[in-house]
Amino acid sequence: MASSRFIITVIGSDRVGIVARITSVMASFNVNIVDITQTIMQGIFTMIMLAEAPQENFDLAAFQEAMSAEGKSLGVEVKVQHEDVFRFMHRI
Amino acid sequence: MYINPNEILETIQMVRMEHLDIRTVTMGISLRDCSHPDIEVFNENIYEKITTRAKELVRTTNEIQSLYGIPIINKRISVTPIAVAAESCRSPDFVSIAKTMDEAAKDSQVDFIGGFSALVHKGATVGDLKLINSIPEALESTEKVCSSVNVATTKTGINMDAVGLMGSIIKKTADLTADRDGIGCAKLVTFANAPEDNPFMAGAFHGIGEPECVINVGVSGPGVVNAAICELENPNLTEISETIKKTAFKITRMGEMVGREVSRRLGVEFGILDLSLAPTPAIGDSVAAILEAMGLERCGAHGTTAALALLNDAVKKGGAMASSSVGGLSGAFIPVSEDAGMIESVRAGALSLEKLEAMTSVCSVGLDMIAVPGDTPASTLSAIIADEMAIGVINRKTTAVRIIPAPGKRVGDSVEFGGLLGNAPIMPVSNFSSETFVKRGGRIPAPIQSLTN
Repeated sequence: MASSRFIITVIGSDRVGIVARITSVMASFNVNIVDITQTIMQGIFTMIMLAEAPQENFDLAAFQEAMSAEGKSLGVEVKVQHEDVFRFMHRI
Repeated sequence: MYINPNEILETIQMVRMEHLDIRTVTMGISLRDCSHPDIEVFNENIYEKITTRAKELVRTTNEIQSLYGIPIINKRISVTPIAVAAESCRSPDFVSIAKTMDEAAKDSQVDFIGGFSALVHKGATVGDLKLINSIPEALESTEKVCSSVNVATTKTGINMDAVGLMGSIIKKTADLTADRDGIGCAKLVTFANAPEDNPFMAGAFHGIGEPECVINVGVSGPGVVNAAICELENPNLTEISETIKKTAFKITRMGEMVGREVSRRLGVEFGILDLSLAPTPAIGDSVAAILEAMGLERCGAHGTTAALALLNDAVKKGGAMASSSVGGLSGAFIPVSEDAGMIESVRAGALSLEKLEAMTSVCSVGLDMIAVPGDTPASTLSAIIADEMAIGVINRKTTAVRIIPAPGKRVGDSVEFGGLLGNAPIMPVSNFSSETFVKRGGRIPAPIQSLTN
């Protein structure tokens, strides 16, 4: 694991304010959005972000907890996973 | 985005809906430097060694789990076969060693510890016999300890004295744990051609050709393979094979990534990745369901052996392409009690012990987690083992038997072990005697390696 880049996925039913509230949690942890895409898949709102965490003093566990708590209050599922898991699985 | 969103969602889907998981991260630890004639000192040595080596195992594994968002179900330890490490102990039995292993496993917070084992495929030493005779009490008095005995290899043939002994050891183990449906037997495997680097229980041990300490990873995902096949529209078997291969590739890549990161953080060598489709009692996480998705009305119908051969081979091909460290068992497991589809097939009368035996000639492991009537004679259990060992020895593959003669139970009853071990309907065995054959003892010689017809 060389990078500190994460894939953040938000899955659930669409409503006002999802992007705003999720990204404000990210901002409070100083996590930068590198790329963002969103789509409706089988009627389910799906947002995928590639995000970069600060190199130093970054508490992944606390960030994951804050993100999933915010997701819960919005009624969506939020996952924060290191980018390698997706690169490794689909690329040689 | 440089990673395709569809690929991201595919990975997420595998974990959320299809039970993709890392089944186990298993740390192999050599105990060869722990030998001592005084068993008390030996026990102190192994406790110290295991808990020191595995100190950070669970914490690190949990960190990796949250980093990647991939569930890691079990953390385990395997050790040098105790019969080897404890050979010089003068004590008449080895039960206290099992208790020490149990304590070390609990204090390291791992789920299982394997290696209460002996390798007696050609013959048994004094230490081997002490260990084997200690198995029933060891499994009765511990929770996390798993035991295995290798009684046959392709190079040496089948040690029928050991096969005969194992029948009665299994009976005794069942009787000592009669209050829990004979659960002790769920932690005891009899092997042919046992792999030295297998991370899966109950057969894991740290082989004598292994390094000081090593990380082996077992990945699973029958649900993912099943979902991939179900998505195909009216496929032919070539297309099914291709899909299984690609799916196995993806699962293996993920396992390799996790294994390498765990070993890097712990500063321990990465050993092997074992891609085995290991079912769990969860609905959809079933090997039987994969075979049924290929077009069989029920697992056990004619055609099941062919379907399983296709599955097992495609899994190996995909895995071998994805990682150069594939080892262990790597294939499809067919443990009856742990697979909801297998249990249904047995209940429906579609799957018999005989058909399972045929299936084991083309897949990983062997007769696994099968409950038989409590009054099954020890000689019949030994004969079942002998048949399974013969399949492994002749076909140059690993086979094993994990069978539970459930005390007081008959055909029509079932046993409940709970958790990953699931529940099992009691299966009938042949009522004709094998006793004279088993009692003859001796060795079935190693098979000829040419003229293979």
